[in-house]
Amino acid sequence: MSVATTAASRGSLAEQPRNQGVENQYVSFWVGDQLLGIPVQVVQEVLNPQTIAPTPLARAEVAGLLNLRGQIVTAFNLRHRLGISQPRDGKPFLNVVVRHKGESFSLLVDEVGDVIRLNEETIEPPPRTLESRWRSVTRGVSRLEDRLLVILDVGAVLNLN
Amino acid sequence: MAVEADLLQEFLAESWENLGLLDTEIVRLEQEPGDAELIASIFRTIHTLKGTCGFLGLSRLGEVAHSTENVLGKMRDRCLDVCPSAISIVLEGVDRIKDLLRGLEETGEEPVLDSRDLLHRLELLSSLAAPPRADRTLVPPAVAPVSPPTPVPAPVEREIEPAASAMPRETATVAEKPDAVADTPVAKPVDRPKVPASVDEAKSGVADLSIRVNVNVLDRLMNLVGELVLTRNQLLQMVRGDDESRFSAPIAMLNHVTTDLQEGVMKTRMQPIGNAWNKLPRLVRDLCQITGKQIELEMQGAETELDRTVLDAIKDPLTHMVRNSADHGIESPEIRRQRGKSEIGRIQLHAFHEGGHVIIRISDDGSGINRGRVLRKAIENGIVSEAESAQMSDSEILRLIFRAGFSTAEAVTSISGRGVGMDVVRTEIERIGGTIELSSQEGSGTTVRIRIPLTLAIVSALVVESGGQTFAIPQLAIVELVRLSAEDRQKIERVHDREVYRLRDRLLPLVSLTNVLNLEEPPGASEEDTNIVVVQVGEEQFGLIVSEVFDTQEIVVKPVGQLLKDIKVYQGTTILGDGRVIMILDVSGIAATFGGLSSELKARGDTDEGREDDDRVPLLLFRSGSDIYAVPLGLVSRLEEFPTKEIERSGDRLLVKYRGNLLQLVPIGGESGGLTASGMQQVVVFSEGQRSLGLMAEEIVDIVEEPLRIHMPSTRRGTLGTALVGGHATEVLDTQSYLMQADPQWFRPRADKPPRVLIADRSIFFRNLVKSILEADGYRAITVETTAAAIERLSHDGDFEAIVGEVLPPDSAGITLPEWVRGHDRFRRAVVLGLAAEQNQSPSLQTLAGEFDRVIVKFDAAQFRAVLRELMSARGLSGECA
Repeated sequence: MSVATTAASRGSLAEQPRNQGVENQYVSFWVGDQLLGIPVQVVQEVLNPQTIAPTPLARAEVAGLLNLRGQIVTAFNLRHRLGISQPRDGKPFLNVVVRHKGESFSLLVDEVGDVIRLNEETIEPPPRTLESRWRSVTRGVSRLEDRLLVILDVGAVLNLN
Repeated sequence: MAVEADLLQEFLAESWENLGLLDTEIVRLEQEPGDAELIASIFRTIHTLKGTCGFLGLSRLGEVAHSTENVLGKMRDRCLDVCPSAISIVLEGVDRIKDLLRGLEETGEEPVLDSRDLLHRLELLSSLAAPPRADRTLVPPAVAPVSPPTPVPAPVEREIEPAASAMPRETATVAEKPDAVADTPVAKPVDRPKVPASVDEAKSGVADLSIRVNVNVLDRLMNLVGELVLTRNQLLQMVRGDDESRFSAPIAMLNHVTTDLQEGVMKTRMQPIGNAWNKLPRLVRDLCQITGKQIELEMQGAETELDRTVLDAIKDPLTHMVRNSADHGIESPEIRRQRGKSEIGRIQLHAFHEGGHVIIRISDDGSGINRGRVLRKAIENGIVSEAESAQMSDSEILRLIFRAGFSTAEAVTSISGRGVGMDVVRTEIERIGGTIELSSQEGSGTTVRIRIPLTLAIVSALVVESGGQTFAIPQLAIVELVRLSAEDRQKIERVHDREVYRLRDRLLPLVSLTNVLNLEEPPGASEEDTNIVVVQVGEEQFGLIVSEVFDTQEIVVKPVGQLLKDIKVYQGTTILGDGRVIMILDVSGIAATFGGLSSELKARGDTDEGREDDDRVPLLLFRSGSDIYAVPLGLVSRLEEFPTKEIERSGDRLLVKYRGNLLQLVPIGGESGGLTASGMQQVVVFSEGQRSLGLMAEEIVDIVEEPLRIHMPSTRRGTLGTALVGGHATEVLDTQSYLMQADPQWFRPRADKPPRVLIADRSIFFRNLVKSILEADGYRAITVETTAAAIERLSHDGDFEAIVGEVLPPDSAGITLPEWVRGHDRFRRAVVLGLAAEQNQSPSLQTLAGEFDRVIVKFDAAQFRAVLRELMSARGLSGECA
């Protein structure tokens, strides 16, 4: 699992040649057997499994809270949000910590993949037949060589209303 | 005009601060017109402002400040009488200055406001001034000889009031030095010996010792100290019990320093409560002017300090309460005279420290609170029923004022608004962990006592464990701890399904934290000691059962995140010394959501209290003969009691006069007359639209909440079967059969083809119930037991206008009913209604509920009918079929 730090990737982003459309970088990760990606800019950091404190009565999407160097971060159950039902067999989750509206959330993922550089023009709209729950949180789909990368809209993922 | 931004900020900050004091000072001046020091201070404030305006090139602001200053200058020189109408104009000037500052703050530019009229009046006022008095000894105006009014200049006629009262005063002695001061009072204020230069010196002394710090800097410091406190706690925990550690000494030192630092930083955030009071004298004064009342506002303890977040939070509630006192409390002078009181009403504000709290007392000597009126209003607004009101104690009645939707102001006035009132005040105070109490003596006044914590950021909290998880309870809310050994556990008694404990002379309602939070009770819990944390919410106390009580810690309150903030039982989160994140419980939230408090329960009726189990149903139990019968409370419209002698026989029917109509009474379980010998007949009334039916019960036994499961099917008419309720075999009443018996027309025949409804529900009782309700309304109802059966039926029979099902997780085939229906186009128009056992679904069920058109609570027949009708007619299906 290799993840470039956000600062470094932002730096390289600025050096992109502009002639072939805009290129952006996406942090990729696995949930179940689905490869997902979010823009590198919203990612604060990636953490190994953390102790997650339970929050009774919270919605099922909220896995609990974790302590990130004195900052309290809401752990977000992506599996539940996306309705991915493959069991995890009790293996701990990795944390992709994102910043949204001034608050930090940790997306609980199975594995973290590479940072993928994508030309924005190659990202296609989500397929029409996609289940509505997925369609509302998907920004687009990119065809990688061996599989599809679903690019998530972090704001939509975290909006539970 | 290019004013440098930071310079402007500086100017604004300073001006607001000074103006804040100004209102108070000017009103005080009105009461003590002879106070030279006061005039000098007011004059100086305006003068400084004017000077800075000139410097920054703010001409409009400068103009108003200049004219206001002129008037004040004349007052200071005693050439102008300090009277209410002159003060009014000065206040108008100050208001205009504030308007201009506000505009400046928002846009960075001076707003264009037409101040000509005001300037004209200010100038007129100062032009009316007489030459300055020579004797600068301060004679109160009442004593000063006043000459007959001098002729008023013509243009003044428009301004009759201010002009008339701003009469120049001639002094007995002629001015020795009628110099230019009157015209340019700004020139040399230092010249006047009576304008105390010493005050200036004192002020500058204070100014040298204090600097202005941006609040954000303080907040940041506070956060950092919070982090430091956490780290200190962590370190302390590490060396605890290890006296040999060479870190012990430095950590002990760190501990001391941190505590001192914490206190120090807290102090920087402290502000005198007087800052929240600044506006009040002006408010009361304006109120007096509008209402013609005479009110004296007395403030004590303005220097009492509070954290600024707390201060901000109480500003509005305080204003509201003072306004209430002035508007509703204090009577008009005539009435006060009639009642033998002084014409001048008094409102007293008193703040002081008590323990770790600040107490604020607001009292008035007004008319007090009329209990009768409060009750009438509460009954009118449906807050209490008449029966309940008869048994309420005085203090309970007074507490009604804090309930939502209550306002006694018979006339809505512009001052107190529409009486959104005291419930908002109470909520605000409780939000910051405070309490509010009210006492009132009719005819002689009302006192409100508010108790609030000094600070919010760091609180002392008790750490407890429940269901294997750790939580913090703010110490502020805790009254005491009670520990019961396993043998003593039986001292916890039950009333219905509620646990209570006899704590000294009273019954303490108990709530188990595992129930509140839906936690699993760890195995073996019943053999261990029981800990009861007695907490206080408002004036009520209840006991929170927890499995373990740890120590008290200073914790740093962090706000809860976006996704958790709707959960009322938490007031924040914190990080413990060992790095664990735990939730801070909000006891008032627990009380509110759990309905654990007696008065709340009573007021809301027993139909919709909180519950912990999914399929619990409120049931009414009553006795007839030797049998106990149960009926879901949702089906019952009222319980009544009629004197036996009022029950009449007509043919083979029993009738009684009820609400202007005749109510037919039907005996339960047979034809045997059923009239009780006691002289009073208990009746369970079922209603639908205009029609009612009374079932005669011998005795109403109880209202309980139990899962309703019929164990044995019925063997006789009028019952659905036998269920276990509270461990006893209980007959479950088939209301449909009684309704039919009483009035065969109850279920009316229908004209054309009735709309068809499919009902899928696991409970036979419920299926029959819904069926009977629907058929009464003229629907055709088909019932099935499972989702699978429903799908099977729907697959070959597509003729349904509505489909009613339980809110269930996907079945073994991985499908939910609404999901399936949505996937089939021929049910496009069909109404899909969900039934839930309770209002507060678990989050996972809430998601599932989203698939239905609407989800309603089981056993609420009226709502069920109304919703179905509404949804069906919205789809153009004939919902109204009878």
